[in-house]
Amino acid sequence: MGAKKASPDLLNSSFSFKSLKLKTKQQELLLRVSILGLVYVLAFIARLFSVLRYESMIHEFDPYFNYRTTLYLTEKGFYEFWNWFDSESWYPLGRIIGGTLYPGLMVTAALIYWTLRFLRFFVHIREVCVLTAPFFASNTTIVAYFFGKEIWDTGAGLVAAALIAICPGYISRSVAGSYDNEAVAIFALLLTFYLFVKAVKTGSLSWALGSAFGYFYMVSAWGGYVFIINLVPLYVLVLLITGRYSMRLYVAYNCMYILGMLLAMQIRFVGFQHVQSGEHMGAMGVFLLMQVFYFLDWVKYQLNDTKLFQTFLRITVTSAILVGGIALGVGTASGYISPWTGRFYSLLDPTYAKDHIPIIASVSEHQPTAWSSFMFDYHILLFLFPAGLYFCFKRLSDATIFIVMYGLTSLYFAGVMVRLILVATPAVCLISAIAVSATVKNLTSLLRTKQKVPQTGSTKGVGSSKSSSKVTLDQSQPFQKNGAIALLVGVFYLLSRYAIHCTWVTSEAYSSPSIVLAARGAHGNRIIFDDYREAYYWLRQNTPTDAKVMSWWDYGYQITAMGNRTVIVDNNTWNNTHIATVGRAMSSYEDEAYDIMRSLDVNYVLVVFGGVTGYSSDDINKFLWMVRIGGGVYPVIKEPDYLVNGEFRVDKGASPKMLNCLMYKLCYYRFGELVTEYGKPTGYDRARGVEIGNKDIKLEHLEEAYTTSNWIVRIYRVKPPTNRL
Amino acid sequence: MAARNWIFAVAVAVAVFLSLSTFSSAQDLQIVNAERRIDLSSHIVKAFLTLKVENIGKDPAADMLLAFPPTQIKNLAMVQALAVMGKKKKKTYLPLDVKPTEQPDAPNDAGYFLVSFATPLGPGETVTLEVLYILTHSLEPFPVEITQSESQLVYYHDSAVVLSPYHVKQQTTFFKTPSTRVESFTSVEPANRAGKEIKYGPYEDRAPYSYAPVIVHFENNSPFAVVEELVREIEISHWGSLQITENYRLTHGGARHKGVFSRVEYQSRRSITGSSSFNALLAVLPPRVNSVYYRDDIGNISTSHLRTGFKKSELEFEPRYPLFGGWRATFVIGYRVPLEDYLFEAPDGRRYLNFTFGCPLVETIVNKLTLKVGLVVLPEGSKDPSAVLPFTVNQDLQVKYSYLDIVGRTVVVLQKDNVVPTHNVPFQVYYTFKPIYMLAEPLMLVSAFFFVFVTSLAYVHIDLNIVKK
Repeated sequence: MGAKKASPDLLNSSFSFKSLKLKTKQQELLLRVSILGLVYVLAFIARLFSVLRYESMIHEFDPYFNYRTTLYLTEKGFYEFWNWFDSESWYPLGRIIGGTLYPGLMVTAALIYWTLRFLRFFVHIREVCVLTAPFFASNTTIVAYFFGKEIWDTGAGLVAAALIAICPGYISRSVAGSYDNEAVAIFALLLTFYLFVKAVKTGSLSWALGSAFGYFYMVSAWGGYVFIINLVPLYVLVLLITGRYSMRLYVAYNCMYILGMLLAMQIRFVGFQHVQSGEHMGAMGVFLLMQVFYFLDWVKYQLNDTKLFQTFLRITVTSAILVGGIALGVGTASGYISPWTGRFYSLLDPTYAKDHIPIIASVSEHQPTAWSSFMFDYHILLFLFPAGLYFCFKRLSDATIFIVMYGLTSLYFAGVMVRLILVATPAVCLISAIAVSATVKNLTSLLRTKQKVPQTGSTKGVGSSKSSSKVTLDQSQPFQKNGAIALLVGVFYLLSRYAIHCTWVTSEAYSSPSIVLAARGAHGNRIIFDDYREAYYWLRQNTPTDAKVMSWWDYGYQITAMGNRTVIVDNNTWNNTHIATVGRAMSSYEDEAYDIMRSLDVNYVLVVFGGVTGYSSDDINKFLWMVRIGGGVYPVIKEPDYLVNGEFRVDKGASPKMLNCLMYKLCYYRFGELVTEYGKPTGYDRARGVEIGNKDIKLEHLEEAYTTSNWIVRIYRVKPPTNRL
Repeated sequence: MAARNWIFAVAVAVAVFLSLSTFSSAQDLQIVNAERRIDLSSHIVKAFLTLKVENIGKDPAADMLLAFPPTQIKNLAMVQALAVMGKKKKKTYLPLDVKPTEQPDAPNDAGYFLVSFATPLGPGETVTLEVLYILTHSLEPFPVEITQSESQLVYYHDSAVVLSPYHVKQQTTFFKTPSTRVESFTSVEPANRAGKEIKYGPYEDRAPYSYAPVIVHFENNSPFAVVEELVREIEISHWGSLQITENYRLTHGGARHKGVFSRVEYQSRRSITGSSSFNALLAVLPPRVNSVYYRDDIGNISTSHLRTGFKKSELEFEPRYPLFGGWRATFVIGYRVPLEDYLFEAPDGRRYLNFTFGCPLVETIVNKLTLKVGLVVLPEGSKDPSAVLPFTVNQDLQVKYSYLDIVGRTVVVLQKDNVVPTHNVPFQVYYTFKPIYMLAEPLMLVSAFFFVFVTSLAYVHIDLNIVKK
């Protein structure tokens, strides 16, 4: 009985095994999905170094503002947030938060937070903010896969996803805790581009609509949307010039532009810029040009007469250009269309900022990119990129033209500003992925055909023409198989080096929160300098709640977010005069500075000083920028006064103005009594490696309120004026 | 109308008087000998009072009164009384029941505690009582503001004689100061000072409610660590652990810091500057503690050190900055302990948590302590919670939502003001719970995932197209 019963079971099982066996296509799908899943996870966990090494915290400067506003959004709701007038920053001006920020990031984080709360996961909003960037980086890999699939094939898509997942150029702005606009913006950027390319390829309204919404998300998230609104028209223009005009393009661009523009106007910070600012006029011009093209097409179809059409074409094009030119001229002259902003100029001309806008030039991430940082951020992609371009040109299509244009323009911008490496990264990864994928595919297909040769040899007659062709191929390149193997090994070696490099860069360079500083002690132990938070927390707990803190603008966001105190200027550098006033106070003599501080109601002054620890990005090293920015508005401050023979010094040879300005006094107050390094005189500044020039500093209108344990942050109290009798 | 009111008032007064006269008269007892030792070495004032009480009345006395001046009664954190049994060497102590009570004829709003004897004191019998009472916020800094280099001087107000509703035949009072530096003390003859000790007395035959105010002005640089508010949250998870989260709002309750804080002086001349400030605290945590964290609103604080032991664990930690007079710091300490050490099953089938009340910080006063005992079992899992404590606290019930909760967890809130380290005694919270509820949340997760997979399966296999391709 048992045996009889067992046999059908066995039969069944063998059947089920057969049905479980996957077809090649299914296998490929499974493989693809699992690779993509792994890449997704990898992109997330590669960005968690900072959390493991330090803690789950918000990094750097701007993210603290974003965190603070997100907190406000989750506590008070969207309308309160949208209408928020923040009196804690830019005292006494204040800041209309809702009208001066890109709300995309905060709304995204708040939505994630609310969703999790709804699902009964009681996470803290900080955790959500910290992990937003890695989460969106993971999502970007998925978009990169589809984009790669669109412009080349699934293989390229997979490689692109893997490359972008760990590319340092992207990781630098999307590690856990780097809660900045770019965190979601790169995802939005790539999504918009992908959807647009898809729309151009299919001519489908729905994809164009998707791309318009992607653009809306991008506009809501980051000022870098200007890149999209200029690149897309440029791309359309190139297609028009190269004679690739089609109905698909017409539908895609018109829908994307009009809807995208209308949607973008809903963001208060952007407002009517799409119809009023010079930076957005290109898109409108191309939009009008599209209509002219369409009209001409129609006329051509109606006329059926080439000569007549040529005349008509000439007249139409001239009048269209004329009308457009006049409209632009009148608009600009009447002030309806604003001219290009300084930031835009500085993108086109790298030297512009240095001469005209010191406040942009003072930021290190706005400096032109050095070659080493290209190598650092792209590694092998730098070599793969031209190869990818070659493949793209070899198989030119609407999609490859787009990626080529994206790659080339963004690479130019990346050369202008360090931070724009980020924008170029997806393009570089995609194009490099094409190179890798195409190369590997060619090589493996070579290997496979070689393996098939003996088979075809044994079954003579069948497909003889094919085998003969392969034989001839073999004859032409005798070491083809070995060569292919060697090349494949080389490719995988390079890719593995890339992976190692990326991991190393991420862990060493991009995972420091810059709030907490870490150093190696004499015995190899890790020393943590947590002075920033010490000072901010001191401010938060031990000063009156309405105290106003003056500091250089770099620390403004951190003071408001962590110290919860009103600041005079912060990282949103919208009012240059106000910043210049602070710069002037810092570079004036104490009594002059006191008048400025009194007029600004300042209660506390905060300076960052690295002389004890050797921390080099402190206020003394930033001081020349304060002088320059202050001097840009108040000509009483002159840069040469602080220099000796064009050299910036703090030791005995420093200029007298330098030795007695407020910043110098506040940084070095009572520093002259301290021995910082064994075998060196007192008052030895370790950050600059000199003995300071003024050891006997007396303060008249200020008094030391707090100095952190490693002297990195020093806070002074502004004394009330003495009674006049 | 007024006349009727007046008559009514007289009637009430008479009634009160009559009821009083039936109460065991205060004069039936007398204190043969009283010795009081007041320890002023930290900001928590501990007074040890040894009373030899004799019943001189005709009826046995069941209890006696302890009186405190109104300035002390509001700062009184705790009163304990022990009866001393047996002779020397074979002494045993018997804890007595002490309850706050009211006396209508209290002079100058004096406050009372009623000590019940273990056995009523017969006529002519004597008993020796050891009373411990603890005062907080009783050291008044003077000068009120000091600079970084000054040391902290405080006033202590008390009476040279014990305030008592009974006749006191003989008594002595000792004040112990933390250092030999005593600026001044009120002299009530005989009074003298030797080293760190000031002795008042002996005084003979003092009438009831005698009072002789004294002020001691002395140096006290011990850390005046005052926790303005402490919220301790104990979450019981029947999956095997107890998560404790303690939110502190700490302040330096001593003389306010005035003027400059100089880091160079603070770090180079540590012995003479900032002597009243403190920058290190010690928390005594349970043994087998794990996953300890120490952070505040803006992140982790890296200056802490944990020593685990068999009897207790010690967490040494520093606030972000040293605390000078009037400076504040807020922080959170969290840790986890194994459940089996603290959760037991009562004979009647209920479960109970046995944990320590009070603040784990050493030598600190807690102005307001809120202890939240979250019964972290499943929503409807825990029922009928009741707390058992050796002293009175305000109790309340709340509902809290945590991970994957639908109905919410019952939270027993115990709240007490003016808590001192002596309050660190075990308390119990009883509740009923069915173990099956433990499985509800995992099952919920499992079913959620199952649902997701089934939907994706269905989505892949079902053709949703209207038109066949």
